Amino acid sequence: MNETKNVSENKVPSSLTQVGITMKYTFLDYFRSRRFFILLVITLLISALLTFRVGYYRPATFLTSDLSFYSGWWGMSVTFVIVLSGIFFGGDAISGEFQNKTGYFGVPNPIRRSSIYVGKWLAAFIAATVILVVFTAITVGNGIYYFGLTVPYQFALSVLLAWFYLAAVLGFTFFFSSLFKSSSISILVTAILFLFAFTLIETLVADLVQIEPWFILTYGAGIIGNILTVPYPEHVHTQTFGQGRITLTTYNATIPEGIAILGLYFIITAVLGLVLFERKEFT
Amino acid sequence: MESAKLTKKYGSFVAVSDLNLRIEGSKCVGFLGPNGAGKTTTLKMFTDLIRPSSGEALINGVNVHTDKKKALASVGALIETPEIYPSLTPREALMMIAEIRGVPKAERSKRIEEAVSEVRMEEWIDKRVGKLSKGMKQRICIASALLSDPTILLLDEPTNGLDPRGMSEVRDIVKSLKRKERLIFMSSHILSEVSEVCDEVAMIDHGKLVVYDTISNVSAKVSGGENIVDVGLQRPIDSELVTKKIATLANVVTAEIKDDKTLRINFSGGLDVQERILSDLVRMNIGVISYRPASSELEDAYLKLITSTL
Repeated sequence: MNETKNVSENKVPSSLTQVGITMKYTFLDYFRSRRFFILLVITLLISALLTFRVGYYRPATFLTSDLSFYSGWWGMSVTFVIVLSGIFFGGDAISGEFQNKTGYFGVPNPIRRSSIYVGKWLAAFIAATVILVVFTAITVGNGIYYFGLTVPYQFALSVLLAWFYLAAVLGFTFFFSSLFKSSSISILVTAILFLFAFTLIETLVADLVQIEPWFILTYGAGIIGNILTVPYPEHVHTQTFGQGRITLTTYNATIPEGIAILGLYFIITAVLGLVLFERKEFT
Repeated sequence: MESAKLTKKYGSFVAVSDLNLRIEGSKCVGFLGPNGAGKTTTLKMFTDLIRPSSGEALINGVNVHTDKKKALASVGALIETPEIYPSLTPREALMMIAEIRGVPKAERSKRIEEAVSEVRMEEWIDKRVGKLSKGMKQRICIASALLSDPTILLLDEPTNGLDPRGMSEVRDIVKSLKRKERLIFMSSHILSEVSEVCDEVAMIDHGKLVVYDTISNVSAKVSGGENIVDVGLQRPIDSELVTKKIATLANVVTAEIKDDKTLRINFSGGLDVQERILSDLVRMNIGVISYRPASSELEDAYLKLITSTL
């Protein structure tokens, strides 16, 4: 990394250091923001609802074994928490720099745009990780209450995969945020994609056309819940109804396939988002 | 700072066209032009907010777009009206800029307090930015431009959006910055502001540079050496006196009654001539109560130069 000395004897730090500086102050902004508080409240509400459901109704699907508990609790809801975190922290992270004009404060300084982008991404990742940690802690707390201190290793793997999924979701939301200059449009588009469109496309492609939806991010994220199921669900599962007239095919990503989908989504969208931000103009 | 054939096109619309401008030394240069002339676009190309279609924006000989970090190391900039992350305090926002710009750790707090004091925002330094008014945020942004004690300051309409008191204070700040060794390049719509603060002026219209010179040279070139003063009178003046005595004074080109109590004199020459004509008028005992230029020289120059390119 180059170090530049200006006339007034200030030594402009390396780009890596500037990433850290951007990350630190953006995280501080996120951490104190209303949206962080709202997301925390939503996470606590989801946890409270699950706690009430399990405690009051005692569903057999949750309480048969520790693995079924974590599968039912965590596997069903963590992806929703992650998607919400991605939308809250990444949905307008870059478009906001243009629409809210915060970019005019940071960009005209001796700092590369890539340092700003990466710094903001890391800040969003840390802020979303805090939310994920809260949700994980409540899940484990309940698990310990019902099944004691033994936490299945599959849950630890699932947490790691969830964290990886968070990185991919944020890569994707940052990319979409770089596409638009309007914060509301970028938030709306990412929300529609994650909450409706991906699931709809995945269902249509798999069930009706019988093609494995390997190109959908949420399909790859299926491994977060599936890893908590023993034995691991079949890769391709076909069911026939109506005396063989209707066939429904369900696909489940294998662990390596799921990791590859998440990894590719993260890498491709991160690079594309970065290139877009580098080229975008503050007009 | 230098622009070499700097051009910015948006489709078929040319916002800045082959702009060649070289400014050096410690001075304040006003950047004037009508709305859409290309002032802000030019400043944005000097700060990496937009990319030129062709040509180069150079600072200390370094291309802003190929080596931004080096080019902007000694530049403080205020472009349009920036917003700051709302959950931060001005102290934190300024600390972020100080760290990014590499202000030595031991000096950061002191520099921040000095910059905040310069823009008179001491009371607000630890309040959340989201609670500040537009004018207050503008002051904090000016403070951020000053933090690293830059040798070049790029200001895009710095008084924009401020109330009259705020405008006056920002003008005072810019004037105080002039006293230090630095180049200030300031775009503005307000001609009186530029006259008051700047030494030189660059005028741009339709993306093209119309003129760049000292304010006095620009005024002299355009006026052809003639000036107009309005003389305020306590009582109506006799028209014969005007045509026979006042119009025949040395250096007076024309003299006419504008209204009952105002006489307009067009004369050739500088301040010495202006002073002598005033003395002569006072001696005539015609009830002179005021004596001032009909319009500022810069305004005359601006209106003539910019209109001629429309």
